[in-house]
Amino acid sequence: MKASIENILRKYQHDSTRLMDILLDIQDELGYIPEAYVPHIAELLGLSDADVEQTLSFYHFFSTRPTGKYRIYLNNSVVAYMMGRSEVAAAFEEALGIKFGQVTPDGRVGLFETSCIGMNDQEPAAIINNVIFPCLTPFRVREIVRDIKENKPVEEMINYQYGEGQNASEMVRSMVSNNIRKVGPVLDPHYKVGEALKKVISMSPEEVIEEIKKSNIRGRGGAGFPTGLKWEFCRKAHGEKKYIFCNADEGEPGTFKDRVILTELPRLLLEGMIIAGYAVGATEGILYVRYEYRYLKKYLEEILENARKKNYLGKSILGKEGFDFDIRIQFGAGAYVCGEESALIESAEGKRGEPRDRPPFPVEKGYLGMPTVVNNVETFCSVVKIILNGGEWYKSFGTEQSTGTKLLSISGDCRYPGVYEVAWGFSVNDILDMVGASKNQVQAVQVGGPSGSLIEPDEFNRILGYEDLSTGGSLIIFGHHRDLIREVVLNFTNFFIDESCGSCSTCRIVPVLLRNKIEKILNARGVEKDLDEMLEWAKLLKASRCGLGQTAGNPVVTSIKNFRHLYERMIQKNKEYDAGFDLQAAIRDGAEATGRIPIV
Amino acid sequence: MAEKKIIATTSLAGCFGCHMSLLDIDERMLDLIEVVEFNKSPINDIKKFTRKCDIGLIEGGCCNSENVHVLKLFRESCKILVAVGECAIMGGLPAMRNGIPLKECIDEAYLNGITVHANVNKTVPNDPELPVLLDKVYPCSAVVKIDYSIPGCPPHADLLWATLYALVTGKETEIPYEVFKYD
Amino acid sequence: MAEIVRVYIDGKECLAQNGEYLLQAARENGIYIPTLCHYEGVKPKGSCRICTCKVNGRLMTACTTPIAEGMVVENNTAEINEMRKAIIELFFVEGNHFCPTCEKSGDCELQALAYKYQITAPRYPFLFPTKRVVAEYSRIIIDHNRCVLCKRCVRAIKDAEGRSFFAYRRRGQHIEVILDKRMSEQMDYEKALEAEKVCPVGAIMARRIAFTTPVGHRKYDKKPIGSDVEKIK
Repeated sequence: MKASIENILRKYQHDSTRLMDILLDIQDELGYIPEAYVPHIAELLGLSDADVEQTLSFYHFFSTRPTGKYRIYLNNSVVAYMMGRSEVAAAFEEALGIKFGQVTPDGRVGLFETSCIGMNDQEPAAIINNVIFPCLTPFRVREIVRDIKENKPVEEMINYQYGEGQNASEMVRSMVSNNIRKVGPVLDPHYKVGEALKKVISMSPEEVIEEIKKSNIRGRGGAGFPTGLKWEFCRKAHGEKKYIFCNADEGEPGTFKDRVILTELPRLLLEGMIIAGYAVGATEGILYVRYEYRYLKKYLEEILENARKKNYLGKSILGKEGFDFDIRIQFGAGAYVCGEESALIESAEGKRGEPRDRPPFPVEKGYLGMPTVVNNVETFCSVVKIILNGGEWYKSFGTEQSTGTKLLSISGDCRYPGVYEVAWGFSVNDILDMVGASKNQVQAVQVGGPSGSLIEPDEFNRILGYEDLSTGGSLIIFGHHRDLIREVVLNFTNFFIDESCGSCSTCRIVPVLLRNKIEKILNARGVEKDLDEMLEWAKLLKASRCGLGQTAGNPVVTSIKNFRHLYERMIQKNKEYDAGFDLQAAIRDGAEATGRIPIV
Repeated sequence: MAEKKIIATTSLAGCFGCHMSLLDIDERMLDLIEVVEFNKSPINDIKKFTRKCDIGLIEGGCCNSENVHVLKLFRESCKILVAVGECAIMGGLPAMRNGIPLKECIDEAYLNGITVHANVNKTVPNDPELPVLLDKVYPCSAVVKIDYSIPGCPPHADLLWATLYALVTGKETEIPYEVFKYD
Repeated sequence: MAEIVRVYIDGKECLAQNGEYLLQAARENGIYIPTLCHYEGVKPKGSCRICTCKVNGRLMTACTTPIAEGMVVENNTAEINEMRKAIIELFFVEGNHFCPTCEKSGDCELQALAYKYQITAPRYPFLFPTKRVVAEYSRIIIDHNRCVLCKRCVRAIKDAEGRSFFAYRRRGQHIEVILDKRMSEQMDYEKALEAEKVCPVGAIMARRIAFTTPVGHRKYDKKPIGSDVEKIK
């Protein structure tokens, strides 16, 4: 085993900043990372054991104990539950004879929960050894478990049809569907790969940035920082080396559009990164992809290899003297917070995904301390089209302040979940009509994922755009039959608890307090004052360092604001105070330990 | 002269240290009884509430079912309830058992502890008359509404005096830094 | 020569070197901004959030924000003080802070902050998490009940090669400080005392020494935390 570790470490030149890749490779080979290996890895990288452990223990998909030959991760997002996750989960437990978090006694199968895996339009879904199993049913679960018992390789368990498009290609072979429902200028597959790049090298980097600025495009990840300005800052920053990062960590529950781009338009994405490299003066690009999309690894690597062969990557790209740029893929290992740009950079440096304090911003001091641009997948794709057609053309889509188009990931209670490319400026009502969700059947829409807002029908005339409802593109639709507090708000709050990096006091503690309050209300012990306290406590989150922490109270805050009546239905009307204390439950252990009847 | 305020006190899962500290107000006790009257309290040994009280002082948290009953009774019988001392506020020393499963605590105390010699029949007290231990030691605020808290282990006599004075007279008082402590 | 800039803290004009952290600039001007995770001479981390101020209208941590000309800072305002008080209370419910039995009582920065803000009881329900007391190391004991996850030990206690003795394990509410097992064997007594000193609370205790200062003579028995800064005026 030592030999294989040494091989892996040699592959990464004993570079401690590549610790993520090293751990991922070991995990791929063995299914887990034995604790006994830690001192060995540490020694060869010049780190302390604790250094290795702190990265290793941060990420959800790393494990230091054997988790089975078959590792089943069943998604526990809101939409998974809405689509029948409970029955699927019960079927797994029954067929395997274990509970979630356990490994079968023979050590062959492990069953685990995981946060949204970017398959909201085909839930319930699970990842088994990096293979995605969408649209699960109890019947399908029993088939899978039977195959597992027969020791079938996971790749051969795909006896349902492959998804459309590249999902069915040789290098992917996945059952995942794209569900592209509406194509706009970004998703339009009829473009010529490399054409924009050819155009770019005839321009000066400043001209490229000028064109991007002219388009007024803002970052598509959700924060909406003007892309041209970001590039300009980075171009002007001093540094021996500069980097371009593509954020494909897509972790916001309900978002899956980047997965579709990675599957269908990876060349478009790479072209955008290369253009950014040219504009900024960067020599290296890093495509940071969430672990959940590891089934695309071979495919993406081959596309990179082909791009190198065609000299889209490498030295003197397309003959342009001095234009050197290459891209590597960095996989994550399960951490929502790594979608935050500075946490993403930390992670790519082999560390815990803890956001950095700003200033300095990544454009000044980013990856390895060098100026770095971090943009979303969709931003890079849009850039290519802007170069091809001009900033003015791009501005013809959308609104004054929100130019261009936006890819929406739509899921939940609607007839046509999937990816839609629309110009900014549509109302929520328009969107509902588009996806086949009739307005009178919709109770609420979650705009922008858990960190966004839960809005009510009176707000459905609001407009998607930076000037009104800003969104990274996730829309989840809830029908009237959904219990918004129990199914949605509680689930989202638990999500934030699980995904907090734990660095800031506020984000580490407040969501736990909020969750306890929600549970108290659900247990019919709530009083009016609890609602006001929740709003008050959630305010503290605004003092957190990063966007995750600052928005972790949003499910509670926006649901109380827009659906206060749902809470009030559950709270005790004639009571001013209730500590929520349950004497009967509190004496149970004591009575049992002393052999008494638990009655007081 | 204004009517006297009625005060009740009790010690739940506490050590009576807070009550001792109350006695430490020394000669100010004479000033105090000019303006207050004690009802149910170990200080005068009145066992039952005889009337509705203005102020209830609670020492100790809740470690068993009886503590919970007494605390609830105090809440019903007192207009203002004050948690006095670390145990009432956050569980204090007794709550240090909260990280250990209750069964382990009982077994250690009655069966396995190195100082257990006389328990030849290996029995754990289980008379129905005894209160049942709670799974955890709870601070008073986890059971009933607490209006004010006076920290300290025990609270400094000057702090108790200043707070009581403020509660009885309704006047704000300045708390000197040196007397506001948690230990 | 470093450039001198002007910042306004609660309306008071303060002069300090450009690029200096706001916390430092304030302290040099006799203004105390409360901190817990900050440790003099160690790279700031901004994890406790207690030094949060409103800088040009935005919430920023003073320990990590470099000052710039004309910056307007709200520090000692009702809104900010209430927020700080609330954050301090968060720490008290997150851990198990039994002050009466703690060796660090009287010298504890968390406790001192609570005294400063006259916190009688936290407004939040206690979480009473089950935490470990780790006594497997030869020089120190780590009591996780008391840890406030400030990362001071991680950032400050290093060996000759610059490697940290301490690190974080896991994340979110399950995060905890660990001491590198192998490095702990090389930890000498001085290092252990240094670690104890760096810890703002009683989570890291050097073995074989405790309760050396009598009650009444401990660091925060007589004077509130921050008095030394405010004295500068």
